[in-house]
Amino acid sequence: MTLSSNPWVWVGVFFTLSVYSFLYKDNPFYKLAEHVTVGVSVGYSLYIVWTNAFIGQVYTQFMNGGYIFSMYVGKRWDFVIPALLGIFMIFRLFPKYAWMSRYSLALLVGSGAGIGLPLAMQASILKQVSSSMVKVDFTGTGISNLIIIIGVLATLSYFYFSKEHKGIFGKFANLGIWYLMVGFGATFGYTVMARMSLFIGRLLFIFQDALGLNLVN
Amino acid sequence: MGFWDKLQRIDRRVIYLILAIAIILPFFFRLGLPIPVTKEVKDIYDYVETLGPDDCVMLSADYSPSVSPELNPMMGAVIRHCFERNVKVIVMSHITVAPGMYQPILEGAAEEYKMVNGIDYVNLGYRYGYWLVVMRMGNSIEQTFGVDYYGTPLRDIPMMRNIGSYQDIDLLIPLTGSNFLVWITFAHEPYQQKLAAGVTAVMAADSYPYLQSGQLIGLMGGLKGAAEYETLNNEHYEIPPRMASIGMEAQNWAHIIIILFIIVGNIAYFASEKKKRTKFRGE
Repeated sequence: MTLSSNPWVWVGVFFTLSVYSFLYKDNPFYKLAEHVTVGVSVGYSLYIVWTNAFIGQVYTQFMNGGYIFSMYVGKRWDFVIPALLGIFMIFRLFPKYAWMSRYSLALLVGSGAGIGLPLAMQASILKQVSSSMVKVDFTGTGISNLIIIIGVLATLSYFYFSKEHKGIFGKFANLGIWYLMVGFGATFGYTVMARMSLFIGRLLFIFQDALGLNLVN
Repeated sequence: MGFWDKLQRIDRRVIYLILAIAIILPFFFRLGLPIPVTKEVKDIYDYVETLGPDDCVMLSADYSPSVSPELNPMMGAVIRHCFERNVKVIVMSHITVAPGMYQPILEGAAEEYKMVNGIDYVNLGYRYGYWLVVMRMGNSIEQTFGVDYYGTPLRDIPMMRNIGSYQDIDLLIPLTGSNFLVWITFAHEPYQQKLAAGVTAVMAADSYPYLQSGQLIGLMGGLKGAAEYETLNNEHYEIPPRMASIGMEAQNWAHIIIILFIIVGNIAYFASEKKKRTKFRGE
């Protein structure tokens, strides 16, 4: 066992224990950890986005120059238009000039929807619908496929509200609830597993990185 | 107050303490419980097994530190597998804080296998733009990123001379704690990029439809998925089990304790309800 000599590791240990101290009851150490997390992550992200997006993708490229329509230019003046549209977004903070941001938003929404909608439709709806149309037979896969088909139809029936959930339709829609419950159960089980994993991760950090215990062998 | 009522009113902190002990003890007293490998993880592994020195796997670390205990082991396991087979590796991210987190994993594995930055692997770092980045990479990775994580222009990196766009990437694995749909929508659908995903356990159940539809070739879910990949690495290349495999033993015990709590809690609930009903009827 060799204790870590890196002070930042011990800062990590302090904040880990501070966060988990909330399980006993709310306390100033937890509050400190909470506020430091929010402050550091926002500050760090702002700096990275500024250097990566504005400096990296706008300013540097503008200054370096390049090609516009196969013609070399000393400065990328075409970058001024998106940069201005970006600046317009900041005017949302000033009610009197907030209307200027609508141009940028209109472009964003229009281009985003135009590019995204057909692809999202293909990826999330059409592909999923076609993968529900599967072969049914008396093999193991065939029976699994039958369960999938019934599940899709029953769950969709549950969300069909133009017909009262009564009689055979009501029973079929009720079967949809069972399918949903199984889905929620699986998600909840996985969520419990995820939370445990995070705790295990912090314990491994304390035991291995801070206390220097060799847990691998 | 009867025994069953007392059991229902037990302080939650006692439960936390029992759970903490159940998780800590297996780190020191291991039973060596097996980690069975599921088909969805093996499919990823088998695909990487078909790749060689001329091929490239790209990993996108789209997660923040809050879920790193689940996804860091996946990254380590996949990178080691690729290095073992001399497959080229590219790592990138859509999350500002991710590069600082995955860099030690990438460089640690590179040091173990004597891999060289720019020849065997490239760290592209973070790029602002999310789905725009994903779309643009279909045309040109060089134009999208320009420079790597260390500021070296991509045109000066030997490995990137043969890797221009998705056409040159054999498998792309987003490791994500929020959403991999952006990769399916903007990389798989328009460019037919082969995808597998590593997701947090919370997301795993919702990810299966994409596996069934063939949009993903495989799926690693949570710490279990990472442990399965480590198990396969160990079986094929004798790479020692790492964080995920160590954690899984503790995870198993935690699950056993939780299941016991649920059973005992339900018995206590029904027993005390029955007692109340009997008392009400005056029996």
